[in-house]
Formats: sequence, structure tokens, C-alpha cells
Amino acid sequence: MAEFLSEATIKERLDAGVPIVEFDHVSMRFDANEVLRSVSFKVAHGETRVILGPAGVGKSVLMKLANGLLMPDSGEVRVLGRSLNEMNESEMFAMRAHVGMVFQESALFDSINVEDNVAYRLEEEHVPPAEIHARVVEALQFVELEKAIAKFPPELSGGMRRRVSIARAIVSRPQLILYDSPTGGLDPITSTTIIELVVKQRDVSHTTSLLITHRLQDAFTLATHHFDQQTGHMEPIPDGGIDPGTKFLVINEGRVVFDGTTQELVRSDDPWLKAYLS
Amino acid sequence: MPLASPEALAKKIVSSVQEYSLLSARAVADLFSTPRYIADTYTQMDSIGFGSLPIVILTGFFTGCVLALQAAVTLKEFGAVNMTGRLVSLSMVKELGPVLTGLMVSGRNTSGMASELGSMKVSEQIDAMRALGTDPVRKLVAPRLVASVVMLFFLTIIADACGMAGGAAVSVILLRLNAGAFLHSSYMALQYGDIVEGLVKPLFSGFIIATVGCYYGLKTTGGTRGVGQSTTQAVVVSSVFIILVDFLVTQLMIGIFGR
Repeated sequence: MAEFLSEATIKERLDAGVPIVEFDHVSMRFDANEVLRSVSFKVAHGETRVILGPAGVGKSVLMKLANGLLMPDSGEVRVLGRSLNEMNESEMFAMRAHVGMVFQESALFDSINVEDNVAYRLEEEHVPPAEIHARVVEALQFVELEKAIAKFPPELSGGMRRRVSIARAIVSRPQLILYDSPTGGLDPITSTTIIELVVKQRDVSHTTSLLITHRLQDAFTLATHHFDQQTGHMEPIPDGGIDPGTKFLVINEGRVVFDGTTQELVRSDDPWLKAYLS
Repeated sequence: MPLASPEALAKKIVSSVQEYSLLSARAVADLFSTPRYIADTYTQMDSIGFGSLPIVILTGFFTGCVLALQAAVTLKEFGAVNMTGRLVSLSMVKELGPVLTGLMVSGRNTSGMASELGSMKVSEQIDAMRALGTDPVRKLVAPRLVASVVMLFFLTIIADACGMAGGAAVSVILLRLNAGAFLHSSYMALQYGDIVEGLVKPLFSGFIIATVGCYYGLKTTGGTRGVGQSTTQAVVVSSVFIILVDFLVTQLMIGIFGR
């Protein structure tokens, strides 16, 4: 398989401040429906970018564009400084080794068990079996689901499937994690559990991430909470603090209507944004 | 359902042919480069080959039985009932063995492939596979292609053998013919070209079964209803293709071997 970028080049680019993901005037259309219109934004190393917006405005499409699962009609998507337009299929698969993705409906392989689902990428990379097992157990412990290692996806609840999907995304220690509505369709308590895992991944592993959510409370929980490694739980940042690495991107009708920090978002005078947030 | 304009319909057909050709070409090209999913290929061989064995044996056997019965009625009028074995063997080896095996395996496996891959497509498992760095064509289509072509070849031989056994059973038990004479006339009727023709056809049928099943599975949209539609279309198209290609291969073989 072709190489996307060598480890040394990736480190060099991260040190030089090259954005992990960059959308440059990206437009996308399905038949007559223009889903994204000249969308541009950058996600810096270590940043958590929360993507908000009403249903059907192209958030999931944007996520698939970031991973090369879809290609834009115009504009450019760059991952670690390399344009996806210039990559061949083989380089694209190599690029995806640096990106973990949590799908909206988990997208677990239902004919194999949890262990094999989580181990999937490592097996493809021909990692030794003993190391695969150790890393799978570690990833499942991270999502507190190590007891479900031998179960099959249809035996799991929606929240458990989402947690296995997170374990599958983080097991290869990617540079970027894409969460496509990880709390969609879940009850509030389970949603909080999933958000706690996202916060834990952010604060423990410092992985760059893009997260789509329809629940504003989830987005603001991400911005106002941190993971306390001593207590092992997510807690509010003291003195009403806000996580500086968590930023927002709001999309409406295929356009970026907001790109900035939590403070900028809550202080925005944009009438549509105010109505959306209220 | 609104009627599509002729232009839109033509574009759709051309687009489908292009997509099918590209998928088939990629699946074949993937066989000549790494990584190769050998374990998946063996799993598919077990599923397609061993799994289809009962229907192939039963279909072959009873087709041979019916052929012997029908042939004997006509041959009796000419006093040539001893030629029953010749007719059964030629029909089974050249035509009925390959075509019926292809159709039976198509009904069982094209639908299985289309529904399995279709379910994976609508539940985003195909996208997940790509996101995890695996080429779905290499992982899902290429092993099914190899398994179908290889196993259909052997299943056809088994169907031919079962057909001749069925014909022999009817000839001996019901028509009171001599078993040795039946088998001798069966054997003597077959020439090199007949065997080649009978064994070339399943290679094409296996290719059609795998590529059509996987193509319809991978292009599935529209949830569970879409999976059902893809499955039905896959079986219909592969069955028609098998019969069409059978005709073309027969023409070709007559051109080459003169019979």
C-alpha cells in the first residue's frame, strides 16, 4: 500500500502548525440539491471542533469529505497539508489509517464480535495477534466495555454500540477522530456517557476531533467540562472556565454561518444564530 | 411512479454498464496485487461451493432422470432406445449441467451476495470499511469472484455426474436397459470439444454470479426496501446473463470444434 505521509513528515508538519484538516471553498451537490456551498475552515492540531446546524444541512457530508469517503465537486480538502484531490485510491486508504471515524449509526460489522470489530484495522495492518488483543482490551477499557468483548453487535444496546464504535476509532491511535452524531438517537443519560468519552479522549490523548451534534447541551458540555484523571470522571471546569481547544462551526443551508470560539458563539449578534441557540 | 424520459433512461443504462464494467475490472485487477484476502476466499468457497452442493446434486440427478424418460419415449419410436445414454450425456455435459448449475447457484448465491452487501451498504458498513482503510472491492468482491468461478467449475462436474447417474438409474430401473450399455454409449458419445464446452461455460457463469450480485449489493440505496429490490434485480439480471452468455459460448464452441 502507498504511503500517505511518513511519520517524520507528519511530526514536522504538526510542529510547523499545519492544520490537521482544511476545507478550502468546498462545494458539493447531489443532483439538483447543492448541499455545501463554498465551505472553508481549518482545524488546528489538538483542537476539538463541534459542528452544529439544523438537520439536513450537510454536516455528515462534510464529515465524509474530511475522510475522503466523498469527493467535492469543487474546492479542496486537505488532511495534514495534503490535498485529497491529488491522492490516488491507495494513498487515500493509507491516509485513513491516520483518521478514526465514529458513524451516526455506529456501522459495526454485525457478523463479527466486538473484539474483531475493534481489532479490524490492526488486523489489516498485520499487527501481531498478542499486541492486537492487548490494544483491543485497552480501547474497550477506555470506553468501559471490556466485558462485552465476546458479544456480537446485535446483542448490544444503542449506547454500547456507539461506545464500541469509539473504541474502534481510537484503537489505532489516529491523528484525527471524526464523530458523526455520536449521541444521535440516544437517551440523555447515555448521551452524557458518550460525551464524557469524547471529553476523556480529548483531555487524555489530546487527539484532534470533529464532532457533529444536534444537541446543544452536548456541545456546551464539551466546552465547559474537562476530564479529571484523578476522579476518573468528567467535571465542570472550575470558575466557569471554558476549554480553549473546543471551537464551533455552525452550518446552515450549506454555508458556514459561524466559525469561532465558545465565547464568540454565545456573544454573536447574528439573529439566525441567536434563534438557533435559544 | 413517474415515467423517465428516454434520454434519462439511456444515461442511466450507460452509467450502470460503466459502473458494472469498472467494478468487474477492479475486482479482476485486485487478484493480481496485494493484499489478498485468502481466508475470505476460502469462506466464500465453502459458502458458495459446499453450500450449493445439495441443490446442485438434486437438480442434476432429477434432470438426468427426466432426460432419460423423455428421450426414451421418442427413441423407442425409432427403435433406438439404446441411444438414451448418448442423449443424456451429451445434453447434460454440453448444456443442461452448466446452465442449470449456473441458474441454481445464481438463485442461491447472487441473491445472498446482493442482500449481504446491500445490507452492509445501507447500514454504512461499507463506508466504515473504507474509513478503516480497507478497499471493499478487494475485501468483498474479489474473494467472491474467485470462489464463484472455481466452485462453479467443480459444481458443474458434479451436476454432470449426477445427471448421468440419474439417467442411468431411470434407464436401468424403469426402462430395463443394460447399465453397461448405457454407460458405454454415454462415454462414447462425448468428444473433447463437448467437455471443453461444458467446462468453459461455468467459468463465465461464476463470473456473472459474483460480479452481478456484488454490483447490485454495492449500489443499494433506500434502506431495507432497497435491499429487497437489489436482490430481486440481481437474480433476474444474472439469470438472463447466464443464458445469454451460454448462447454466445455455444456459438463460439461450435465455431471452434464444429459441433
